[in-house]
Amino acid sequence: MTKDDIKKIVLDIIEEIAPDEDLSDVKPDVRLRDQLDLDSMDFLDIVMELRKQHGIEVPEEEYPELASLDSCANYLLPKFEAK
Amino acid sequence: MVSSRIVITGVGLTSPIGDSLPEMRENLLAGRGQVERIDMRYMGQVLAGGCHYDPLKYQRKKEVRIGTRAGSIGIYCAREAIADSGLDWENVPRNRVGVYVGTTEHGNVETENEIYNISQFDYDTKYWTHHHNPRTVANNPAGEITINMGITGPHLAIGAACAAGNAGLIQGLQMLRLGEVDLAICGGVSESIHTFGIFAGFKSQGALAEHEDPNKASRPFDVDRNGIVVSEGGALYTLERLEDAQKRGARILAEIVGYSINSDATDYVLPNPERQVECMNAALAKAQFAPGDIDIVNTHATSTPQGDIQECKAVRDIFGNCPNTYVNNTKSYIGHAMGAAGALELAGNLPSFEDGLVHPTINVDKLDPQCELSNLVLNKPVEHGKVRAILNNSFGMLGINSSLIVRKMDAA
Repeated sequence: MTKDDIKKIVLDIIEEIAPDEDLSDVKPDVRLRDQLDLDSMDFLDIVMELRKQHGIEVPEEEYPELASLDSCANYLLPKFEAK
Repeated sequence: MVSSRIVITGVGLTSPIGDSLPEMRENLLAGRGQVERIDMRYMGQVLAGGCHYDPLKYQRKKEVRIGTRAGSIGIYCAREAIADSGLDWENVPRNRVGVYVGTTEHGNVETENEIYNISQFDYDTKYWTHHHNPRTVANNPAGEITINMGITGPHLAIGAACAAGNAGLIQGLQMLRLGEVDLAICGGVSESIHTFGIFAGFKSQGALAEHEDPNKASRPFDVDRNGIVVSEGGALYTLERLEDAQKRGARILAEIVGYSINSDATDYVLPNPERQVECMNAALAKAQFAPGDIDIVNTHATSTPQGDIQECKAVRDIFGNCPNTYVNNTKSYIGHAMGAAGALELAGNLPSFEDGLVHPTINVDKLDPQCELSNLVLNKPVEHGKVRAILNNSFGMLGINSSLIVRKMDAA
């Protein structure tokens, strides 16, 4: 499992929950909400899909860690490796 | 009280036999029904009437994902009705528009889906979606329409079982008369084929239709009828005050001249023909019509053994001696569209004002003697010539009855 694998996982989830978005040029260091039409309910969907598809729990106080693809990768990699 | 005369200026619909009124009408006159077998969770295959409109015509994919089927059907019908009305929608004051959507039930689909979802996770409720509550609040179908269309006036879902389509129209009419809104988008929608509970409930009641040929299953008045075919769909109308419609030079499809809603106060499920008679008579009185002034009675008959007989008795009591009053039914084509039924069935008859034809009820191979009516239009259209007034019946569980009367505008 690499950080790129994590980014791919997150992008796959975003593709499901925001199917109108063009994900071909998502900048990893820019906040997702600043480049995609995502709201707080969509982030709850990302958290739910991480739970359902991958058994990963993200506590509410740590939601800000999901801000960008880079921060997702940094935050989620240890969780995936600990599975 | 602003004005007492309320007119229909647009209609948008989706049904198993068409996603527009011209398409639906063509199938009604050609005797072409559409019922299919679909997979139903826990039950195997069941007969149902499904709609095949394109949700992406008016919604983004994300809206479809987050919203409900009833909301999506509502949005499609509302947008189509506005387009049909010829209103300059961009310049319509959105705070003066009211949305009144009749539904038989709402929320079953989403709750069933979520219970199934958490069953895949040992019933752990942390897997229950946060979308559940906005999807299941009773106003959902009407609310989704306002979000999609930027309407800031009132919105309500009108719960009235299978009388809901008429009830939505009546609510819209009343709000216009009170001056609460200047435009009403109203009628009924149904997403009922997506809940196994409706099918299982009718089956337990012995009221779910079955036939080897799906298109022969819904057969009101036939001696071999054996129950209801559940269907989805929607029909929403634009209603305006007559003077507003005339001022903008609108094409007026019909004027609503009479209506009534009453309650049996007798049983949860069984109909009551005495109250049905009272309901139709009250609508006639409001319209200041005699029974013979009605050219078409569109029955509610759902293809259940008892219900059809009861309604025929009620219709016979009022219209039995009216040689120019014809009686038909729409459920033989599309099944029972629940909360959409009344609104859809009225729509299918409106073109009679122009073409002078009365569409038949189909699938009657052997008429039940207890359903005999002098002018029941069976299997082939009747050329009436000049259709001036239509009475539309819709009845529902818990004993709610509704009758709506519309007339052709130049038939005053």
